Amino acid sequence: MDPMLKKNLEITACKVRLGILEGVFNAKSGHPGGSLSIADTLTYLYFNKMNVYPDKPDEPTRDRFVLSKGHTAPALYSVLAQKGFFSTEELKSLRHIGALLQGHPCIHIPGVDMSSGSLGQGISAACGMALSAKISNDSYKVYTILGDGEIQEGQVWEAAMFAAHYKLDNLVAIVDNNGLQIDGRVADVMSPYPIVDKFKAFGWHVIEMDAHDFDSIDAAFSEAEKISGQPVAIIQKSIKGKGISFMEDNVSWHGAAPNAEQYAQAKSELEAALAALEG
Amino acid sequence: MTMADVKKIATRESYGNALAELGDKYENLYVLDADLAAATKTGIFKKKFPERHFDCGIAEANMMGVAAGLATTGKIPFASTFAMFAAGRAFEIVRNSIGYPHLNVKIGATHAGISVGEDGATHQCCEDIALMRTIPGMVVINPADDVEAKAAVEAAILHNGPVYMRFGRLAVPVFNDAATYKFELGKGVTLREGKDISIIASGLMVNEAIEAAKVLEAQGIDAEVINIHTIKPIDADLIVKTASKTGKVLTVEEHNVIGGLGSAVCDVLAEKCPTKVVKIGVNDEFGHSGPAVDLLKEFGLCADNIVKTAAEFVKA
Repeated sequence: MDPMLKKNLEITACKVRLGILEGVFNAKSGHPGGSLSIADTLTYLYFNKMNVYPDKPDEPTRDRFVLSKGHTAPALYSVLAQKGFFSTEELKSLRHIGALLQGHPCIHIPGVDMSSGSLGQGISAACGMALSAKISNDSYKVYTILGDGEIQEGQVWEAAMFAAHYKLDNLVAIVDNNGLQIDGRVADVMSPYPIVDKFKAFGWHVIEMDAHDFDSIDAAFSEAEKISGQPVAIIQKSIKGKGISFMEDNVSWHGAAPNAEQYAQAKSELEAALAALEG
Repeated sequence: MTMADVKKIATRESYGNALAELGDKYENLYVLDADLAAATKTGIFKKKFPERHFDCGIAEANMMGVAAGLATTGKIPFASTFAMFAAGRAFEIVRNSIGYPHLNVKIGATHAGISVGEDGATHQCCEDIALMRTIPGMVVINPADDVEAKAAVEAAILHNGPVYMRFGRLAVPVFNDAATYKFELGKGVTLREGKDISIIASGLMVNEAIEAAKVLEAQGIDAEVINIHTIKPIDADLIVKTASKTGKVLTVEEHNVIGGLGSAVCDVLAEKCPTKVVKIGVNDEFGHSGPAVDLLKEFGLCADNIVKTAAEFVKA
């Protein structure tokens, strides 16, 4: 992709990561690991792919996004804030009593297309949105991100059958394969592998991508756009906790907030990365 | 008119007919089913509007989520399956993907209660009202006959928000007059005024209550009969009014006595008008196979038992 565009996306993704850190730190709880692993993909979707309108969040023609792995709401909120759906200040009151930003995505938050958080459910709602577009000949696309642990839920495969059966080629499901879930490595807890073969067997067009390389991300979504007659699954190889050294590929950061010292270190790492990109 | 002349229609049939009739008027109406279109009677709609009926296969959890997604785009989906699977199997999807975002999804749940008959306990759902009425914002309707069921379907379309509708498999007498009947969401219907006891019934049990009141009259007991078709939001005013008048409330439902109509009535009365209540329902047990009418008799869900229970209650 264009080097300037790529650099801009990298800068935005870095700001998104800072927002995730800010949110989780101030909430003193939340899920930083899986939020950081999808930060680049979400940045690409909202800043280079989807038609969305921060001033008109409910515009009927908009592309839809459902965060099926809803516990990584800090990533979605941070990208929506960067995009201008609400102020980045809101991130500081994430999970607080009376705050706009709930612990898991809520449809009443500007820019959030579907409430989610109970795993396995978001992909079904995404199927409904895609079916609706097919029925009415609407041209919008529907994107959803699932966790690699999440696909242990049986409902995911009900939805996978449905999407292929109704030829929902306006639906792209991204599986965030960071390899970790609460109890450990997905391969040890309850192996979902081989993920690619499973989606292929369910009738999906499957693309593999590197979740932290915008050239790879761009190539995957460009390929997805060309597919007709079947839904597309993008299996993204990612690193849980990506961008904060001590959180990377470490399961203990699935659902824990950093303390003040860890926050300061994480912040300085991300700010250094941002300065290097902007410098 | 003799009993043999009374027209009998299962409310699931009314549901299918209503969808097909209303499909012209409401172009935004879509129907989802889970491989039960022949049984839930959405097949009637499918025949008329094949392009607006989507079979989701035997996958109720996904069907509820798909309905939620359709609703976010402004369509009005009717997700249809047996009560056991709609309220039971898919409970958490109904709660989190439909109830929490308060989406405009209508759930058409057929084959409720033990009158499912021969299929037995696995398919006789007597817990659905309890499950559905605990979901914030969920409307719960349990129509009593064909006329009311069809009117309820249109009322559900006109209501913006999730609605759970409970229909039966068994053909039951049509006692409402289609020409004059008016369905008001959340409003109970006083079918007979009386002063000795209030019989509050819902669904198939309403006709049994009417029949029971006739027998009670002959015994010198003047029973008030109230049809609560909307279990949530419940008509608290009417329940308080009748309880204050008679001082004795007998609830009758084809549902577990835990969490259904009887519980909902007690919730109202305990707070607003403490009154002695006796509940007729399924007494916290599973059903079993058998002809529907025989099962209803065995479980006391019939006019005879209402008469017996009411008479004892009044004399007590």
